[in-house]
Amino acid sequence: MKWYMLTLVGKDRPGIVAHVTSALFEGGCNLGETSMLRLGGNFTIMMMVSFNGNKHALQDMITGVAESLGLQVHIDAIDAKLHQHIEPDVSITVYGADRAGIVAKVTGALSEVGFHILDLESDVGGTEAQPIYVMYIDGKANEGIEAVEATLDLIRQEGIEVHLTPIDTMVG
Amino acid sequence: MTLLTVLTYPDPQLKIESEPVSKFDDALRIFIADLEQTMRASPGGVGIAAPQVGCTQRIVIVDVSSKPKIQQHGRLILINPEIEQWEGMAKGREGCMSVPDFTGNVIRAERIHLKAQDEFGEFHQYDMQGYEARAVQHECDHLDGLLFLDRLVSRRHDLFPRKKV
Repeated sequence: MKWYMLTLVGKDRPGIVAHVTSALFEGGCNLGETSMLRLGGNFTIMMMVSFNGNKHALQDMITGVAESLGLQVHIDAIDAKLHQHIEPDVSITVYGADRAGIVAKVTGALSEVGFHILDLESDVGGTEAQPIYVMYIDGKANEGIEAVEATLDLIRQEGIEVHLTPIDTMVG
Repeated sequence: MTLLTVLTYPDPQLKIESEPVSKFDDALRIFIADLEQTMRASPGGVGIAAPQVGCTQRIVIVDVSSKPKIQQHGRLILINPEIEQWEGMAKGREGCMSVPDFTGNVIRAERIHLKAQDEFGEFHQYDMQGYEARAVQHECDHLDGLLFLDRLVSRRHDLFPRKKV
């Protein structure tokens, strides 16, 4: 079986996931890890699909349902495996008045101390007049949590609220 | 001592409610020694419950002494454990020897008061908190046929952890 990354994006409406995944199931595909969420009124899907055929066959399988739902489709053959999770040891939340460059500033600082982002989601709340930016990051502090705390202190001095919580996974 | 085989989900035995222990004999203590060795053989494992090795008896072992800087009671043999009081709530990440390659967030009581017997049938009372209380609640769930999968909450959308009182 080969793995493909299937990406679908389009105007949100109820039933997208059911229609898309039914078409894949009926076409003989299996799903691996997926991420599906609504962003700005669009519904976005990224999923690992295992399929014993080529990219064109997968494209043909999904085109009908994608067109009927108004979704853009993108398919990549990928080198992928399941059961390759990396356990995060730090959770970081960031918020502040929305302004250009928050993500670049925070993630740039994290990158310099070897922080490996495993999961990131961000959102804009507040009002149109006073938007607030909120970001959640889970990751692995490859050079230690103290190094991450030190670099986040510099970010805090610029008026961005940053909270770090160590993740100590309890295995029982 | 013998290393026991840890059952993994979806083994149906993990969903069975365990029976109270009534005989505190050498056979029980030999089983407990094997169970403890099995727990210690698992990387990072700080607790184990008898049903995880296919024995549906109300027996739990917890030892979080490997974690620095936390309040804890060391090695605990908890037989017929009963959590009598709960206080506070905390979200924390859990994994399980019976659920490989998956971890998730679970809400647990922050502090608990616990009554349990030891391997000789003596009753003990414990007040515990934080990581140790989480481990005990996770293991006691096994005795009721519950996995942390039954209590998963979103990995996201909890902006900041509540301040501990």
